[in-house]
Amino acid sequence: MAQIIVVTSGKGGVGKTTSSAAIATGLALKGHKTVVVDFDIGLRNLDLIMGCERRVVYDFVNVINGEANLNQALIKDKRCDKLFVLPASQTRDKDALTKEGVGKVLQDLAKDFEYIICDSPAGIETGAMMSLYFADIAIVTTNPEVSSVRDSDRILGMLQSKSKRAEEGLEPVKEYLLLTRYSPARVTTGEMLSVADVEEILAIPLIGVIPESQAVLKASNSGVPVIIDQESDAGQAYSDAVARLTGEELPLRFVTEEKKGFLKRIFGS
Amino acid sequence: MSLLDYFKTKKKPSTAATAKERLQIIVAHQRGERDAPDYFPAMKQEILEVIRKYVQVENDQVSVQLDQKDDHLSVLELNVTLPEKP
Repeated sequence: MAQIIVVTSGKGGVGKTTSSAAIATGLALKGHKTVVVDFDIGLRNLDLIMGCERRVVYDFVNVINGEANLNQALIKDKRCDKLFVLPASQTRDKDALTKEGVGKVLQDLAKDFEYIICDSPAGIETGAMMSLYFADIAIVTTNPEVSSVRDSDRILGMLQSKSKRAEEGLEPVKEYLLLTRYSPARVTTGEMLSVADVEEILAIPLIGVIPESQAVLKASNSGVPVIIDQESDAGQAYSDAVARLTGEELPLRFVTEEKKGFLKRIFGS
Repeated sequence: MSLLDYFKTKKKPSTAATAKERLQIIVAHQRGERDAPDYFPAMKQEILEVIRKYVQVENDQVSVQLDQKDDHLSVLELNVTLPEKP
């Protein structure tokens, strides 16, 4: 049975696409056949983060409308042969995604893939609602910041009332918190909500903490999912999150401040 | 951080604590409305208008809340703070 995982947040710019790309790549590197689907119709960007923007021919909406079949639209990743991307279309048609259409495509993908990662757009419009409707698992991407936490809570409400699992009275969508852009140093000085604070407010299990990292921009500049950069803290933190998603138990890393040396403390940094 | 900063006592109130407090309030409020039926906001407004016919109260002096006690029982709670007599 394929697992459908939505990467969602409500708020924009918190790292949904970065996380979708990293998690999908991580699962594929572990040997699971994985597809990552861009639900941000009209504002396609996952292709850029995955580095396959020049290979987009057909897209998600073409497949829904029967203008192309899945095999024509799926882009095989250059780095990992277990990984595929289904790009969003650049149409401005707001009704391009229908429940029936999306359901049919996901059903077809489920025959072939172990994991289907749905990269949600920001907001609570059609694209966002469609991306979470069919989910088995939700990864709620949150920054340690008031507006992001509040919007995450709103999205949790949607998952509990507007998803297929909720509507049909099935076992609820499994919700996980992914805290991104975390700065342990700022938490120490009392300028930033801590992991524990956000966990307490949202009250869902934590799947990972991704530190604020220069590696993320570098990765997106070059179209390589940040998880490939295993030298970087963010890359390693995403690997941990993927491992937890597949049932491993790992301690949290990168959540405490690096200790400054004696000389650095005196002479400044 | 330089040598001087090292000796300064830095006891500023933590903004993270303020953030947490504000979030706990707004999130509790959000969750209260999450399970409410679609007619709830309109009903709340009408109740408020009825009260206003008789007593002059502000929006924040009236709280209307729907509590799900268990599967078969939900309680509509109406709290009105009446103004003091002049």
